[in-house]
Amino acid sequence: MEVLQMLFKVLLFPGFLFLTSYAFAAEYIDRKLHARMQNRKGPKWYIPFADFFKLIGKQTIIHDDAHAGIIKAMPVVSLAGVATAFIYIPVVGSSAVFSFEGDIIIVLYFLSLPVLTQFLAGWYSRSLYATIGASRVITQMFAYEVPLFMCLLAPSLIANTWSVSGITQYYSEHPLYALINLPAFAVALITVQSKLSKAPFDAPEAETEIVSGPYVEYTGRPLAFFRMSADCEEVVLISLVSAIFLPFLSGNAVIDVILYFVKTLAILFVLTLMRTVTARLRVNQTVTLCWRYLVPAALLQMIVNLIVRGWLA
Amino acid sequence: MADDNKVIIPIGPQHPSLDEPASFTVTLSGERVDNVVIGIGYNHRGLEKACESRTYVQDLYIVERVCGICSHSHTSAFCMGVEQLAGVTVPDRAEYIRAIVAELERLHSHLLWLGVAGHEIGFDTLFMYTWRDREKVLDLLAAIGGNRINYSVNTFGGVRRDLDESIFAKITATLNELEKQINYYLELAQTELTLKARLSGIGCLSKEDALKFGATGPVLRAAGVAQDIRTAEPYGAYKNFEVNVITHTAADVFGRTAVRILEMLESIRIIRHCIKEMPEGAILAKVPRRIPEGEVIVRMEAPRGENIHYIRSNGTDKPDRIRVRAPSEANWHGMQHMLKGEYLADVPISIAAIDPCYSCTDRAITVNSDGTRKVTDWQSIRKYGIDWYKKRGLDMADIRLERGV
Repeated sequence: MEVLQMLFKVLLFPGFLFLTSYAFAAEYIDRKLHARMQNRKGPKWYIPFADFFKLIGKQTIIHDDAHAGIIKAMPVVSLAGVATAFIYIPVVGSSAVFSFEGDIIIVLYFLSLPVLTQFLAGWYSRSLYATIGASRVITQMFAYEVPLFMCLLAPSLIANTWSVSGITQYYSEHPLYALINLPAFAVALITVQSKLSKAPFDAPEAETEIVSGPYVEYTGRPLAFFRMSADCEEVVLISLVSAIFLPFLSGNAVIDVILYFVKTLAILFVLTLMRTVTARLRVNQTVTLCWRYLVPAALLQMIVNLIVRGWLA
Repeated sequence: MADDNKVIIPIGPQHPSLDEPASFTVTLSGERVDNVVIGIGYNHRGLEKACESRTYVQDLYIVERVCGICSHSHTSAFCMGVEQLAGVTVPDRAEYIRAIVAELERLHSHLLWLGVAGHEIGFDTLFMYTWRDREKVLDLLAAIGGNRINYSVNTFGGVRRDLDESIFAKITATLNELEKQINYYLELAQTELTLKARLSGIGCLSKEDALKFGATGPVLRAAGVAQDIRTAEPYGAYKNFEVNVITHTAADVFGRTAVRILEMLESIRIIRHCIKEMPEGAILAKVPRRIPEGEVIVRMEAPRGENIHYIRSNGTDKPDRIRVRAPSEANWHGMQHMLKGEYLADVPISIAAIDPCYSCTDRAITVNSDGTRKVTDWQSIRKYGIDWYKKRGLDMADIRLERGV
């Protein structure tokens, strides 16, 4: 019985099926909002699904110079990494499917996988545009990864736990302490946008320069899964940010699920707004932004949190 | 891949950032541009030659299709040339209607450019907004000439259609809406941080360089040179009123953006002035079918810069020679200089910043000093193409065409 319950949680809710469905829905909401903000009509609700199934049915073309194994494997690795990370993030209330002390490190590790797979995919595509895109992916990763980790770990200093569920639990009991983490929340939103390679941080996929960067040689099923993995990554990241920075829970399971959607959609709205109102930054400008402004901000947050922690103890 | 860790990237002939085929072979060291080889000439259509074997009236419609965006400025220049050769004076009312259409064309051309520039730097919202506003201008042009792009307002000796009060009212109402939007874009360009970060300091062409390379239009004016044919050598209705020449000191893509946005506001002012001062009278003067012998050079200010037409007549109803120097042709010369040392990310916007019009520019000139002739067949053209790409690292020899060639 316990095993069945576990399987249900991992595969259906709040596991893989929920993640993918919500990912498609999030893609739709993102595209629709983006379109409405731009004075366009935007897609119908089923377009993300339709795109996925259309790509699944298309022929997969891998040219001779590319590494077929890596091209096919990378989307699956990326999706697996993202889906595994989701298991450690609380959706209903404050308890994730699995959690243990230190799982936030595991989550961040799994969330680095999609970026690495993008790099490998681009590199082994053996196309000039993909190679440049791959090098931009890695350059950008070195820019945002440090501030992202710092701002996600800063709240754990006050909560005194390194588990995502633990952090949520602590802050839901002390919601006012979440206000201290507001600067880190802002840094997190910017770096999450950067991790998702969305405007203004979409240099790795810049259409007008390098066509579509790492994905330029991708077709058919691998492309479909890469896109799905990117959608899932977005949901996982916004869930993680909402679990750490918006710890408002009611205690009632149904209301908590509704709260989860409200919080994640609010974050999604901010991310969509950000990509609507900005132009694409060059990679060097992204690096400057991250290291000159975001890292000091995150560092300051850590120092403040250490002081608060000492004061609380 | 080339030596010394340098990467050669082909931008074009087919590339998402190019509206028309052209090839930019960019040598990169890291993300910086080391050298660019610009290859244009993929769109040669033989329009000038085609004009020589047709009558002037037929040529008017060919000349209109030199450029899809500034169709009116090409016919204006051509008409002005033919009218000068024939010694015809165009009625004032026709000149004012020409000026209104020319300024509406400038509005739609600059709005289009602003959108393209937004798209090149990944700011698609600006693209959507400006192209939505451009539709309003196109609607006006359609109301005036019956067509959105090739409105054929001009004819020898004047214009084809008269404008009445109802159209003036429509134009005034649309201009009021547009003015608000354009002021908003001006504010956006000055305050939006990412936009400024991406446009400032790139595609620089200093005053000296701009003059050296013979740049024209907004590129030249953004470098601080107050050169506008509408004031330097006034023609048509522009003889009757002042045009404020917009200049900027930035000499980069940001300067060109500012110049174009301010020029749109100036165009709105000119159209309002033309409507207010619109003279009464005829719109057409009679022009003979056979144009007297002679030659003429006409300069006029197209949205992209100085447009030059040369017409030589031999006394028949067909021209002996027509030469069109579209503004983009003058702006290409400084391109290599602009791109050197830039980031790869800035190459598309730097190219777009001169508002290039490839097919207007492309000409085929063969100079055979020894009088030899060479006939090229399909097979050897194909071989030439394959070798050309092989030199740039792309082997297309294995691609089999479906049917035997």
